[in-house]
Amino acid sequence: MNAELGQADRGVDPVLEAKDLVKHFPIQRGVVVKRTVGHVQAVDGVDLKLYPGKTLGVVGESGCGKSTLAKLLVGLESPTSGSIKLQGKEIGNLSNRRMRPFRRDIQLVFQDPYTSLNPRLTVGDIVGEPFEIHPEVVPRAKRAGEVKELLDMVGLSPDHVNRYPHQFSGGQRQRIGIARALALRPQVLVCDEPVSALDVSIQGQVINLLERLQNELGLAYVFIAHDLSVVRHIADEVAVMYLGKVVEQGTGPEIYDHPRHPYTQALLSAVPVPDPDLRGQRDEIVLQGDVPSPIDPPSGCRFRTRCWKATDHCAEEVPSLDVGDNGTHPTACFYAEERDVTHAVK
Amino acid sequence: MSELTAPTPTAERQASLWSDAFRTMRKRPDVIIASLVLLFVFAMAAFPSLFTDQDPTVCFGRDAKQRPGTWFTGEHPLGTDAFGCDFAATLVHGTRPTIALALSVIVASVVVGLILGILAGYYGGWLDTLISRALDVFIVIPMLMGAVLILSLFRGRVSTDTLAETIAVPFLALSLFGWMEFCRYTRAATLETKNLDYVVAAKCLGASDRRIMFKHILPNAIVPVTAVVPTTIGGIIVTEAALAVLGIGVQPPATSWGVLLSKGTEWAGGGYVYLFAWPLGLLILTVFAFATFGDALRDALDPKLR
Amino acid sequence: MAETVRVIGDTLPGADFNSPLLEVDGLHVEFRVRGERIPAVRGASFTLEQGRTLAVVGESGSGKSVTSQAIMGILDTPPAKITGGAVRLHGVDLLEQNEETRRAVRGNHIAIVFQDALSALNPLWSVGFQIGELFRVHRGTSRKEARLKAIELLDQVGIPDAKNRVGHYPHQFSGGMRQRVMIAMALALDPEVLIADEPTTALDVTVQAQIMRLLKRIQTERRMGLILITHDLGVVADVADEVAVMYAGEVVERAGIRDVFKRPAHPYTKALLRAIPRVDTVGQELEVIGGLPPNPARLPGGCPFHPRCFAAEDKCKTEVPPWAEPAEFHGSRCHFAEEVYADER
Repeated sequence: MNAELGQADRGVDPVLEAKDLVKHFPIQRGVVVKRTVGHVQAVDGVDLKLYPGKTLGVVGESGCGKSTLAKLLVGLESPTSGSIKLQGKEIGNLSNRRMRPFRRDIQLVFQDPYTSLNPRLTVGDIVGEPFEIHPEVVPRAKRAGEVKELLDMVGLSPDHVNRYPHQFSGGQRQRIGIARALALRPQVLVCDEPVSALDVSIQGQVINLLERLQNELGLAYVFIAHDLSVVRHIADEVAVMYLGKVVEQGTGPEIYDHPRHPYTQALLSAVPVPDPDLRGQRDEIVLQGDVPSPIDPPSGCRFRTRCWKATDHCAEEVPSLDVGDNGTHPTACFYAEERDVTHAVK
Repeated sequence: MSELTAPTPTAERQASLWSDAFRTMRKRPDVIIASLVLLFVFAMAAFPSLFTDQDPTVCFGRDAKQRPGTWFTGEHPLGTDAFGCDFAATLVHGTRPTIALALSVIVASVVVGLILGILAGYYGGWLDTLISRALDVFIVIPMLMGAVLILSLFRGRVSTDTLAETIAVPFLALSLFGWMEFCRYTRAATLETKNLDYVVAAKCLGASDRRIMFKHILPNAIVPVTAVVPTTIGGIIVTEAALAVLGIGVQPPATSWGVLLSKGTEWAGGGYVYLFAWPLGLLILTVFAFATFGDALRDALDPKLR
Repeated sequence: MAETVRVIGDTLPGADFNSPLLEVDGLHVEFRVRGERIPAVRGASFTLEQGRTLAVVGESGSGKSVTSQAIMGILDTPPAKITGGAVRLHGVDLLEQNEETRRAVRGNHIAIVFQDALSALNPLWSVGFQIGELFRVHRGTSRKEARLKAIELLDQVGIPDAKNRVGHYPHQFSGGMRQRVMIAMALALDPEVLIADEPTTALDVTVQAQIMRLLKRIQTERRMGLILITHDLGVVADVADEVAVMYAGEVVERAGIRDVFKRPAHPYTKALLRAIPRVDTVGQELEVIGGLPPNPARLPGGCPFHPRCFAAEDKCKTEVPPWAEPAEFHGSRCHFAEEVYADER
C-alpha cells in the first residue's frame, strides 16, 4: 500500500481518509417486481488520504468514477462497502440525521455555476442558508454580517447580497458557490470540476482564489478535474483514476514528470501544450477506442483492453497499487516503467 | 492584477420571474380587457348589492315573464323570470355560488395536486408508484362522468340554506377529479429540479427534506402550475353549468349560473330567449377572460419565450 | 483535381482561382434583441489559403462562433443580421449570392463540424442514411451507391467495422465516434474549406487527441483549408499554421503560429498565454486577467480590452486602436503593438 508514501515525515493525521471505498449502482429492470440485472461499478476499491492544508488532485476521463467519489466523500451517496473517516471518525454509512453535524466540516463546490445556485433566492439567502440549517453556528443577529464577510472573502462586494444569481457572470457565481461552501468553516472542500465551465481568463481567477483561501483558512482540498494542467497547478498529490480504480498516485512531479502507468502516460501525452515549438517533439501515445463500460469492466487490469503492454497475465490478475521494486510511487501495473511524455524528448 | 478585483455584476434592474411576468402581461391589451371582465365578475360575487337593489327572492307571480325594457330601464332592467323574480337580481346573486365554487375547487385541487406531486417526485419508490397509479386511474375517468356519479349519490339530500351547504357537494365532486393535472405538473417539475446542483448543495449542507421541498423545489414547481390555473377555473365554471343542466349540481332554490341556464333552456324555445342568453353570455365571457389570462400567463412565465 | 474544378464552375459562377481560398473582410454581425442592437462581430478579417489551418481563438462571447456561422450562411436571421463586410470564396462574395447558390456552396465548398454531435445528427435516421442523403440530394446518386459511399467515408474517419455501423443510429455511438460521423458527413461532398467549431470541447482528452489527429490527417490528405474555432490554446499550438485571436467581436491579433505564441503583439494574447496552466511546468500563482469579458451590449469606449489591460493608458479609453503591423504578416489592434511586440510592455 501507498499509505505513508511521502507523508512519513509529517506526523500529522489525515483529515480525510478513505479505505477500500466501493460504490456499485444496481441496474434494475421491471416496473412492479424489480430485479437487478447488473451493477455499474462506479468506484471499486479506492484508498485516499488527505492531509490538512493540502490538495489532493483526482484526474480521469468521464466514467472513471471521480464524480461518484466526490459524492461519496461528502455523504451524498453511501458506499457499498469500505470506510470514510473524517478527522478519524467514521462517516461512511451514517443516516442523514447522524451525518448532519459532520457536514459542517466537509463541503462540496460544484462544476456548473448556472445550476448550482437557486435562481429564486438572493445571494444573501444562498450564502446564508447554511446558517439557517445549522442555527447553532452563528447567532441570528450576526448572520447578515457573516454573509457579508464571506462575500468579501471570495472577492465579491458585500453590497450584492440582494442581487439574484442571474445578474452575475459564471466566474462570480462560482465565487458565490465557494462562499456558501465556506460558510460553516469546513476543514475539507471537495471541488468537483470547479473551473471547467469557465473561460480561460476566469479559470485563473478562481484557482488563485482557492489557493489563497487554502493558505488563509488551512483548508484541505480534494480537487477533481479532467483538466490535467489545472490539477498540476493546484495539487500537492495526484491520483489518476480509470474505470473506478486508482491506477497511479504520487506527488505532482512524480505523476507529471515521471509517470509509470501506461494510462497516465497516454493521458498526459494527449494533453496539448500551448507551445508550438513542442509540436512533434513530445512522445505521442494515441489510445485506440473508448473507455469500456463500467457495467462489465474487463477482467484483471481494467486498462488492458487499450494498453499496448498488455499480456495474458493482465487479464488474469488485478494489479495492486504498489510502489514495486524499483518504483518511486504507487502504480497499479505489472509492467510499470517511467516514460516522459510531457516534455520534448525527440 | 489580483483576483480580488472581481468586477461588479451587470447593473441590470433587479427583477424576479414574477415581476417580469407581471410587467410583460401589463402591456397586453387582451390581458387588460380580460382583467376588467374578471374584476366585474368578482365584484358581482363579492358585492351583489352594488349591482342591483332588488331582492331575487321577492317575486310576484303577476310580474312573471316580463321582457326587458327597450333600453334596459324600468323596474326590471333585464325583465323577470317565470316566477316573477327580477332577472337582473337573480343573475347577480347567482354569481357568488358559481365563483365561490370555482375558487374553492381550484384551491383544493392545487393544494392536493402540489402536495401529492411533490411527494411522489421527491421520494420516488413505492410512494411514487402509488400516486402515479392513482393519477392514471383518475385521469382515465372524465371529470364530468366522475362528478355525475358522485353527485347522483347525493341528489335531493342536500340542504341549500347557506352558501357553504349549497356548494359543498359539487365542491367535493369537482375537487376529487380536478387535482390530477396539478399533480402531474408538480411531479414532473420536482423530478427535474431535485437533481439540480443547488438542491444537491442544500442536501450537502444537511438541509431537511421538508426544507428542500418547500424552499428549493416548490417555488420552481409552482410556476408551470400557476400557468394552468386560470384556464382550469374556466373549465370548472363550465362543468358546474353542465352539472346544473343535468340537475345534479347546485340545487335550486339556490341559484348559480348553471341553475339559471338550466331553467332558461325551458323558456328559451317559447320566445323568452333572454332568460337563456344572459347567463350563457356571462358564462362565455368569463370563461373566455380566464382563458385569455391563462394563455398570457403561460407565455409570460415560459423562460423559452423570453 | 479536374473534377473539383468542374464542380466549382457549376456551383460558384465567377470563381477566380488566383484569389485566396476564403477571405473574411470586415465582417459585421449584430443581433437585434427587444429593439436593442447588440454587435456580435465588429469587423473581423482573416484569410485562409488552401491546405492551411487557421485557428480562430477567443473566449465565450468573443464572436468566434457567430463568425463561423456567418461564413456558412447558417445564422438565424432574425435576430442576427449581417450589417457589413464580405465573405469571399475564390473571390466571389458569398453574402451577395442568392439562397440557392449558398445552399450549393454549403457542403460542396464549405462544411462545418459542430461541438455537439448528438444534437447535430437526427436521432430518427441511421448515420448511413444521413450521410447518403447528401449524395442523393446534391449529386443524384442512387440509394445503393450512396450507401457504399457512406461506408467508405465512415471507414476513412476511422470507424471500425463501418459496413455494419452504417445502419446504426446516432445514440448507438459514443461521443468520440459520433464526432467522427459528423466529420464524415462534413467530408461527404469533398469541401475545400472545413470549419471545425470547438470540435473536441465536449470530449475526453484522449478522445480529443484522436479527433484532432484525424482532422489533421484528413486536411493534409485532401489539401483542405481548415478553420479551427476554439478556446484551447494547447490544441491551437498543436495543429494551427496561423492564428486569429478574437476579443469583443474583433480580431485583435493575427499572425503565424510561432509569432503569436512567442512574440505576441497584443496585450490580450500575451495575458492569455500567461494565464493558462500548463501540464509540463509548475507555476507559482497563475497570472490572471482581471475583470470580465465585456458585455457586447455595453462595450467600453476606445479599445474594448482597456479595462482589463496591463498596458492601458488614457488614450486607450477614448481612441479605437488602429490595425498595426509590427512585423510582416503580424497584425495587432493595439495602440502599443510595437512595444508589446518588442516585449517592452
